[in-house]
Amino acid sequence: MAATQATPVKYDMEVVRWFTIAAAIYACVGTLIGVYVASELAWPFLNFDLEWITFGRLRPLHTNAVIFAFGGCALMATGFYIVQRTGSTALWSNKLAWATFIGWNLIIVSAVVTLPLGWTSGKEYAELEWPIDIAIAVVWLMYGFNYIMTIGIRKTSHIYVSNWFTMGMIVMITYLHVVNSMAIPVSMTNSFSIYSGVQDAMIQWWWGHNAVGFYLTGGFLAIMYYFVPKQAGKPVFSYRLSVLHFWALSFGYVWLGAHHLQYTALPDWTGSLGAAVSLAMIIPSWGGAMNGMMTLSGAWDKLRTDYILRFLVVALAFYAMSTFEGPVMSIKTVNALSHYTDWTVGHVHSGALGWMAMVAYGAMYHMVKKLWGVEKMYSEGLVNVHFWLATIGTVVYVVAMWVSGIMQGLMWRDYDEYGTLTYTFVESVSAMHPYYAMRAIGGLIFNIGTWIALYNIVMTVRTASAARSASAVPANA
Amino acid sequence: MSDHDTLYSTKLQDKVERSTLLMFVFTAIAVAVGGIVEIIPLFYLPNTAMCQNDPTCNNTQHKDANGNVIPMDKIIWNPETSAHKTLNDWAPGDGVRPYKPLELAGRNVYIREGCFLCHSQMIRPFRDEKDRYGHYSIAEESMYDHTYQWGSKRTGPDLARLGGKYSDEWHRRHLKYPRDVVPESVMPNYFWLEAKPVDVAETVQTMKVMTIMPFNPVPKTIYTEEYIGGAAAELEGKTDMDALIAFLQGLGNHVKFEEGVNYRD
Repeated sequence: MAATQATPVKYDMEVVRWFTIAAAIYACVGTLIGVYVASELAWPFLNFDLEWITFGRLRPLHTNAVIFAFGGCALMATGFYIVQRTGSTALWSNKLAWATFIGWNLIIVSAVVTLPLGWTSGKEYAELEWPIDIAIAVVWLMYGFNYIMTIGIRKTSHIYVSNWFTMGMIVMITYLHVVNSMAIPVSMTNSFSIYSGVQDAMIQWWWGHNAVGFYLTGGFLAIMYYFVPKQAGKPVFSYRLSVLHFWALSFGYVWLGAHHLQYTALPDWTGSLGAAVSLAMIIPSWGGAMNGMMTLSGAWDKLRTDYILRFLVVALAFYAMSTFEGPVMSIKTVNALSHYTDWTVGHVHSGALGWMAMVAYGAMYHMVKKLWGVEKMYSEGLVNVHFWLATIGTVVYVVAMWVSGIMQGLMWRDYDEYGTLTYTFVESVSAMHPYYAMRAIGGLIFNIGTWIALYNIVMTVRTASAARSASAVPANA
Repeated sequence: MSDHDTLYSTKLQDKVERSTLLMFVFTAIAVAVGGIVEIIPLFYLPNTAMCQNDPTCNNTQHKDANGNVIPMDKIIWNPETSAHKTLNDWAPGDGVRPYKPLELAGRNVYIREGCFLCHSQMIRPFRDEKDRYGHYSIAEESMYDHTYQWGSKRTGPDLARLGGKYSDEWHRRHLKYPRDVVPESVMPNYFWLEAKPVDVAETVQTMKVMTIMPFNPVPKTIYTEEYIGGAAAELEGKTDMDALIAFLQGLGNHVKFEEGVNYRD
């Protein structure tokens, strides 16, 4: 009927607003903790002899805060936004979405309390203890079920590509979290993995790399495939390339975890298989990056004026760079040098800061304007300032880690003319000091940008709310 | 609009992306394959230290320089065939053994303080790592490590063969104030571990849990009821510092490695 056609869909966007604001706040906090732990490595007095803020306890809080608090809220905000808009439908259950918001934030609060207390399962990037792991599984399934049901009630005939990526993430993270978190508790605050040694290592890195592959890459590619075309005002460059990108990534990424265990006691075939598939993944990754970049063809001039588009494009550049660097680092000869060094840390951050955070901020700025119905941010100039701080901060960080990582690797293996090791281990530690300081500064620059973003978003919301109530007064009068 | 929109890739893809259920099922299968191929064989192939109730550990065969198979009980301590029958009699070189109570308490401290975030316990088969740390690590050495501790970063040195390299007193001083011993160190001070008594109940419970693990449990012939029963007395009056030092001193000296043996493949 013509009448229903004309009725605009009423979306459930309030929960998206809250997730967006939460993401902006957690980005500030998560990167601030990162700056602090980075500084502890440069200036160890910063541990202040307080057990709760020692590096070993705070570092998991940093990784959990940026991945699950910032990343998670950004993914859930954009996910609920995209699935409604691409399907021309409201959420399957708005109540369930609110329960997801509350549950996810309670998990974040519990992480903030338990990790400094030393309640950890001892698995990197999956440190939270078993009661919280169960809560994560429940809330994640609430999110996933709601998301997939919303796809199910869409009004459009095709499922949009972003939703494929998010669906892949939902399924894979469920597999990973359930299998990797299998543990037997000894108390409410302590538990041990049911796997040991080789098997535990492989399962841990199957989790570790695919949290990157499906959560920090797949989930954020969903963001890319929606917000890059929207912001550029152009359709995605190639539909076929996105089909290829999705299926190749979904099938291939899963194999990569083993490349974290080259030359360890893991059987050789497993690591080599992981490395071989890693190299092959350059093709779909670059295909996807090109797909995003080429979406701008004919609209490149917008980069001069559209600061949000700058975030998205630089994010794609970092995505391409990281997805080339990663496979290179998985090659055995390179891995022999890079493994155990800061190079890995640099690689992670070129992905996390350069790709994930940048694309998330591009999407968040775009959404804030739409969600609060404003034409411009409170200050477009501050968006540009944030963009440059984020870019420069990331570059400083990554360059510092490249230099320190390669230097570490070379120092450890260096022999003098008498055939003995040239450097003691601690000489490599003291050689890292300038780069650890430089890394902390790079992180701080990035962190300042996040506070500017938060200020800009909050002021935009306040201005929009003020304008709305001002315009409401004459209507009532 | 470009002509891309008028094209579709394949009929199957077209069908899949119009159906929520098909998309879900295809995706769920696509993302499962890699993990299945890489993980499941690690539970039944040799050289993966999967040894539960199987003295051959899935037919693992490490061979000496003459091609003779080394019996697994030379690598993994077996009280039945070893000259040393109990954990208290066990001596370095007898083979991989489970942790003693105080070491297990120390391992809990090691995990709690996130030591694995800066220290690896996995030596790679390179000349420089051999010279710096010792013989490369083998799978069997971490078979009792529920929640493995290989680590992924060396902000500090590898600890896989730390046991016996320094005295207890050195460890105590170093853990308390690392920069008193190694001025360039960036490790936090852990003097406060001396003020924390070992959590006896949790350690005893940890021992019990280790015997009921579905994969590579500690044999009940080693953690006998009697042995677990005696653990509390052994832990009484010890601090987290004592426990951590005991754990560190027990690292890496279990297996007597021989020249010319390939212990991995």
